[in-house]
Amino acid sequence: MERDDIIEYSLHAHHSEEDGAKLRKKIYFVTVLLSVITIIEVLVGVFISRSANEGTNLWESIKIGYIILTLIKAGYIVLIFMHLGDERKHFKWVILAPYILFLLYLIFIALDEAVAVGNGMTM
Amino acid sequence: MSSEASKAIEPKVLWGGKISPFSISYGKLMMWIFLVSDALTFGGLLVSLGFARHAAVTKGFAWPSSEQVFTHFPFTHAHLPLLYVAFMTFVLIISSVTMVLAVEAGHRMDKKKVAFWLALTVVGGLVFLFSQVWEWSTFIAGPDGDITTWGDNATLKQNFFLPTGNVIDGAAQLGVEGPQAYAMFFFFITGFHGFHVFTGVLFNFIILLNVLGGTYEKRGHYEMVEKVGLYWHFIDLVWVFVFTFYYLV
Repeated sequence: MERDDIIEYSLHAHHSEEDGAKLRKKIYFVTVLLSVITIIEVLVGVFISRSANEGTNLWESIKIGYIILTLIKAGYIVLIFMHLGDERKHFKWVILAPYILFLLYLIFIALDEAVAVGNGMTM
Repeated sequence: MSSEASKAIEPKVLWGGKISPFSISYGKLMMWIFLVSDALTFGGLLVSLGFARHAAVTKGFAWPSSEQVFTHFPFTHAHLPLLYVAFMTFVLIISSVTMVLAVEAGHRMDKKKVAFWLALTVVGGLVFLFSQVWEWSTFIAGPDGDITTWGDNATLKQNFFLPTGNVIDGAAQLGVEGPQAYAMFFFFITGFHGFHVFTGVLFNFIILLNVLGGTYEKRGHYEMVEKVGLYWHFIDLVWVFVFTFYYLV
């Protein structure tokens, strides 16, 4: 018996030649952006060494800069390359919210405890 | 992108049963759920790296600086800090781009282009894998190629610095927690990621064979390419974080 209650969502995902050209333009833009960010990160890593600057304000701000650049890269990969930006709003939250909540908690508790563990072991 | 997900549908209809409220197929949904769980594993690994490092530094142990450890490039003895890792990162980003181009071609039912971009993605993955083999063997053996035992790991011995600026001397000092944990995390995190790359290349290759065999042409859509594409982008995503938190910060 032919079932009529199954929707083949994959069949609705086709797009035209013009849409494809637009999409490719977007893809190439993101490619250039990701490459430029990576090049900046590497140049900073090569010319400002951690061993010489550890503990200075300069290194602290570079560290924060690295993390921000990484999050920008991650955002472009997830939203554009993985098309999460084109999915329904509820789906975005189902994927992102549990992950972000769990990870923020884990980062907080692990880094907080690490200092306590390190202090405890010197005694 | 024009798909079912970008159509305006009343929430009442969307959540009223019979259709997927996310306008997404079962396979794609499950791939996303799997990726979330896998991302939690990698998140746990990277957080534990931060934990070990913070604890070691608080204890007063030094933590090796990656730009002093990874200074080698194949076929040369020049001092090129981080450049090979940067090359690997670039390869993975480009293979992610070829993958998204394969998915885009799939939405136009362009079999030739899908096969072309997917084949390039497989090649990119292989280049990354062999780069990692080289990096592991260089890390173990040291820059000049003599395989050594763990106790006097040549790379760590030559590059590890102490807070006072002394070069590490002999196996005894390598036993301190900082450099040892650093090396363990290197093998565990890049190893776990490398195994993902390996399986990703395998999946991409199988799907490439199916594309060439016309399986998806007959099926009427290239969603399988999209699904392995999600997995492949995820591998790139993880590497972006490994690159920052292991090599840069």
